[in-house]
Amino acid sequence: MHEYSIVQSLIELCEKNAEKYHAVRIDKVIIKIGVLGGVEPYLVKTAFNAFKEKTICNDAELIINMQPLIIECNECDSISESKEPYCKCQKCGSTNAEIIDGKDMYLMKLEME
Amino acid sequence: MCKDCGCSITETEEHNHHHRHEHLHDNPQLNDTKTIEIITKILDKNDHQADHNRAHFNENNVLAVNLMSSPGSGKTAMLESMADAADFKFGVIEGDLETDNDAKRIQSKGVPAFQIQTGFACHLDAFMVSRGISDMPLDKMDVCFIENVGNLVCPASYDVGAHLNFVLVSVPEGEDKIEKYPVMFSKADLVLITKTDLLPYFDYDIKRVKDEARRIKPNIDTLELSVKDPAAIKNVIDWINFKRKLRS
Repeated sequence: MHEYSIVQSLIELCEKNAEKYHAVRIDKVIIKIGVLGGVEPYLVKTAFNAFKEKTICNDAELIINMQPLIIECNECDSISESKEPYCKCQKCGSTNAEIIDGKDMYLMKLEME
Repeated sequence: MCKDCGCSITETEEHNHHHRHEHLHDNPQLNDTKTIEIITKILDKNDHQADHNRAHFNENNVLAVNLMSSPGSGKTAMLESMADAADFKFGVIEGDLETDNDAKRIQSKGVPAFQIQTGFACHLDAFMVSRGISDMPLDKMDVCFIENVGNLVCPASYDVGAHLNFVLVSVPEGEDKIEKYPVMFSKADLVLITKTDLLPYFDYDIKRVKDEARRIKPNIDTLELSVKDPAAIKNVIDWINFKRKLRS
């Protein structure tokens, strides 16, 4: 259950950005969570709703976009989306490939006033 | 140069500059509302501290290894056997929810160990490890192990500032452990299949386990380990020494 620690970091990041852009309120927090990011979106949402009270995010809605695994193939140069947590090109089947998205958690956008 | 600790990492803003893209979009319809594209890692602050930690290890020519596994997979036992066999000097930063039992076990072998009690936290983060580093005689060691909290989920999300991740998986845990926890194994540089002396008592297909690890991460290394087998311990020591040579 590290979702609470992650949400604390997220709210800190929102506060820092609100200060930077002189916002008084955040309406929407849009995040991207990779399928290999290692967090459960339902728990992130629950944690966010628990922690947002009396912070700049008090009235904010959290939008979570799940990011599938994106594989870049070093053999056939294609970019494909993998449904399984495997590093394997979906076009030619090669494992000489890199995961280029779907591993991390990002704060993408903030809607604020 | 960092103002806080004197390491070679530059200050947060400059440091993050290259991976942060910010554009201000004013919406003409709603004068007060602005949507701002941030694109920053949620654990950005942790990752920045992790870079600090790595810089400290680098300045002291210390190879840092993050050990992760479920509770009871044999992390501490591996370190104990290594104390007698390794030709490099090492120290251990121990993470556990409660007790300093593991640190005591390591210290009784004459190896410097610092215990971090995480309380309710299910993982170590870069800030906790930084506290451990300040108590470690880095100038007197070649390798620093960070023994993470026994947990196959949460520690995977946190960069603690190590150079390499070892993930241990023991035979009694069952051969589908890697399939069940792909996120953790996708972070591993070396998977250690431990307690192999128990293989005669379990239906455990080591090949299946290794194949699964390579499906998740094709370039992963795997080693089999029984702490009762000095040759197996030596293999781990040799692997670490190989990596040390590549960083010296």
